[in-house]
Amino acid sequence: MNVLPVNVAAASVLLLLVFSLLAAILRRWQAVLVVVSFLTSALASLLAVAAGVWSVGANSTGRIVLPIGLPDLPFHLRLDPLAGFFLTVVGLLAFFVSLYSIGYVRGYLGRRSITSLVIFYCLFLAGMFMVVLADDALFFLVSWEIMAAASYFLVLFENERVENRRAAFLYMVVAHVGAIAILLAFGVLAGCAAGFGSFVGYTFDAMRQATFPVPWATAAFLLAFFGFAAKAGVVPLHVWLPEAHPVAPSNVSALMSGVMLKTAIYGIIRVTFDLIGTFPWWWGALVLVFGLLSAVMGVLYALMQHDLKRLLAYHSVENIGIILIGLGLAMIFTSFQLPLLAALGLIAGLYHTMNHALFKGLLFMGAGAVLHATEERNMEEMGGLIHRMPWTAALFLVGCVSISALPPLNGFVSEWLTFQAFLLSPSLPSQVMKLLIPLGAALLALTGALAAACFVKAFGVTFLGHWRGHRRPTEIREAGWTMRLGMLLAALSCLGLGVMPTLFIEWMDILAEQLVGARLAATASEHGWMWLTPVSYERASYSGGIVFCGILVVVSAAYLLLHVKPGAIHRVPIWDCGFEKLTARMQYNATSFAMPIRRIFGYLFNIKEQAILAPQSGHKAFPVRIRYRLRIRDRVWGWIYKPIVEVSFWLSRKVGRLQQGRIQAYLIYSFVTILVLLVFMR
Amino acid sequence: MKPSAFVVELLQIAAVVGLAPAFVGWVRMLKCWSQGRTSASLFQPYRDLAKLIGKDVVLAENASWIFRFTPYLLFGTAVLSAGIIPILSVDLPMAPAADIIVIVALFAIARFFTALAGMDIGTAFGGMGASREMMIASLAEPAMLMAIFTVSLTNRSTSLAQIVMVITSGETVVRPSLAFALLAFVMIALAETGRIPVDNPATHLELTMVHEAMILEYSGRHLALIEWAGMMKLFLFVAMGIAAFLPWGIATEGHLLALPAAFGILFAKLGLAGIGIVWIETGLAKMRLFRLTEFLGSAFLLATLGMISFFILD
Repeated sequence: MNVLPVNVAAASVLLLLVFSLLAAILRRWQAVLVVVSFLTSALASLLAVAAGVWSVGANSTGRIVLPIGLPDLPFHLRLDPLAGFFLTVVGLLAFFVSLYSIGYVRGYLGRRSITSLVIFYCLFLAGMFMVVLADDALFFLVSWEIMAAASYFLVLFENERVENRRAAFLYMVVAHVGAIAILLAFGVLAGCAAGFGSFVGYTFDAMRQATFPVPWATAAFLLAFFGFAAKAGVVPLHVWLPEAHPVAPSNVSALMSGVMLKTAIYGIIRVTFDLIGTFPWWWGALVLVFGLLSAVMGVLYALMQHDLKRLLAYHSVENIGIILIGLGLAMIFTSFQLPLLAALGLIAGLYHTMNHALFKGLLFMGAGAVLHATEERNMEEMGGLIHRMPWTAALFLVGCVSISALPPLNGFVSEWLTFQAFLLSPSLPSQVMKLLIPLGAALLALTGALAAACFVKAFGVTFLGHWRGHRRPTEIREAGWTMRLGMLLAALSCLGLGVMPTLFIEWMDILAEQLVGARLAATASEHGWMWLTPVSYERASYSGGIVFCGILVVVSAAYLLLHVKPGAIHRVPIWDCGFEKLTARMQYNATSFAMPIRRIFGYLFNIKEQAILAPQSGHKAFPVRIRYRLRIRDRVWGWIYKPIVEVSFWLSRKVGRLQQGRIQAYLIYSFVTILVLLVFMR
Repeated sequence: MKPSAFVVELLQIAAVVGLAPAFVGWVRMLKCWSQGRTSASLFQPYRDLAKLIGKDVVLAENASWIFRFTPYLLFGTAVLSAGIIPILSVDLPMAPAADIIVIVALFAIARFFTALAGMDIGTAFGGMGASREMMIASLAEPAMLMAIFTVSLTNRSTSLAQIVMVITSGETVVRPSLAFALLAFVMIALAETGRIPVDNPATHLELTMVHEAMILEYSGRHLALIEWAGMMKLFLFVAMGIAAFLPWGIATEGHLLALPAAFGILFAKLGLAGIGIVWIETGLAKMRLFRLTEFLGSAFLLATLGMISFFILD
């Protein structure tokens, strides 16, 4: 048999599905189960990466029609370069996280059964792979639900805590509202493709060939965008994200934040560029506006957090926003028939998709290692971990620098490309768009600067300074080697993508060709693999490699020059301007670090701040203790969700009157129902 | 690329590294004179640096590698930017490695690590400086990029060398958008280099310091590198302003013969820039931290006006 990438991908999914069944048999030997299951999922992820890289690199499209599904509606699988790209993104992080999980999940041994964690982990991976591979609406939604349900159970893994149950419930509700919207969107598309009486239109191929009337296409797009935005955590649909991601086990949070959200990005690209194909410019503007909103609000909310994993979860909102900015620009340029510029926007968005998967995965893995060692998620109770966990600290720092969009790491490359796409707005024919689009660039710049502030806070408060917690710092141990290996590989990929962007862009350029009809690499790498020159050499150029090497050379030269005469280094107690009674409580913590920014952007939040003076002896000016209380809430919750919750409670109270607990009443209901049915359904 | 371009490249880096302390000395001298004080020599900053380099390092017990690495990184990013910004000539082999957005980001990574180093020792001062610095940066950076975008939209490039070429070739006439952008750039440059009214480079008052608070614990050669990098940063911001707004005089070819003229014009421009800085600094008072939102907000507004006038008038 001729082996195609799609066969490899299918084998990977099959491996995961089969193993999730086998895991039940292995459940008696928990220690073995951990190693075997995560090695299996690592293998399956590698297969997926291989299939993805291969299909993008060879520009191959393979199909499989499975004999299962509903009668006459078989499942279709298809691996084209777009699917291949996302398969690579998902598979790559899944591989790193699976290695990491071997060490991480071992920490649960002896405390609880990990069988369910392992089973749903495999199902979750399989679900994500299948979403990307699905080529008909039915299989897509089935995979989407498998992914959602598996992640629901993973969020619920430590289900003895109330917050976990509440977060999982909220997640389930939002996921299903989103899934219904996606279902309706596909319904509209399938209906337009083959008429409302037929089921032929449910395959993506039928949708691809159909042309849609503008109102129906718009309806489908809006429904799909809403549904996918709910999954991706776009503001204002993000409320479930900061609840659900932190409470899941850290390896799962890494996958949920790093790659599960990307399936929604995949969905948006698939529906707009591939299935619908042509669209008016305002769709792009809508995506761009929501992208900007998510980016700024996400990072501002993240700044206010002092729970490390919650902070990272809010940053996913921000990064999804940045990805959407790239996509939105690509859509705007496409609808004005500027394919080359659209290619730039699209590549920027997709590059950031890959970047975010890697550095957010890395950061969640780092947070997991910290959680593992300190049993603490609150940054205010940490500090000085760089001395106890040097590896984790260094790798976490790589993630921080990447996500803050600083050169020479990868986050900067995609942000730089997005800036370049912004600066091409004068080519647009519309005067208003010309003017408004560069203003969006300022918001992106604000996002980048705030992200840097946020990660100075996250890294500084967690890893630097003195230990603030209650446990003895000597009890804290560095993460095990499998955990470090997972993080190390992710960090190295971040560096690779930052230093050699042209190689990556050349590889994925086929996507731009297929989706918007122009290639970027012809210009982007015309001056060799070291120079990234989108559009033209005169316009802008960047070389991550030279920046990296340049800094490296100067740093080492300065170091060597200054150490010709070996000057002594004296280790002494902290000086602190001569102050002697320094305690760990005097350090800046997360709350105080964010105070200036909280004060400037405070009107965007619902903040309640209280300082309570404890009962004192003597004068009011000399309180014995001061208690400080700060509560920050999402305004979106009060504006949008609270009314919805209240209306649904009100409605259910009204409907609840039907249920009186009296058998007679229920018998009357049944009688009336039967009567009505008999009369009308003869 | 001619071999002489590499010579020019090295000369330029050496010029920035070597002249930056003199430029700071010049600014201090002017400031003393304008306040009716007797000034120290122009070469005092060199003596300070030499003295610091000769001293032993006194390092806090719990300082991590970040604290020790930061001074070298600051110096490294400054030297790298010195090789990229067209100061003497546009024909630099390293210029294509980074455009103006990358240079802003290089300063950002230096700031990122300075803030981390401030938090590393675990004193209240360090954290305070880091928190304030990042707050100022998050307001300054959008305005900075906005001003830069106005310049690059006008010249259709974000590469500084290309901007210089376009302006000096006379394709860009003096435009209102550039005037607004220049005003915004000057205001942001004051914030980014830690000058009055945003920060006071000579302060050791705990309530007002921002940059100083982060580097209080440094000593010896570490401190020397940080100070030196700070001086280079001031120099580079002036050079960036010159390249983006008033580039006449920068050699457009890599001839070694064109260099003396370029040097002469650079000296004249730096001298004038020093007068400008002192004029602003003696005319203004240091602002309260939370008044900075107004200052940086108006810089952002000016940059936005520049961009709007680009689209409307041009």
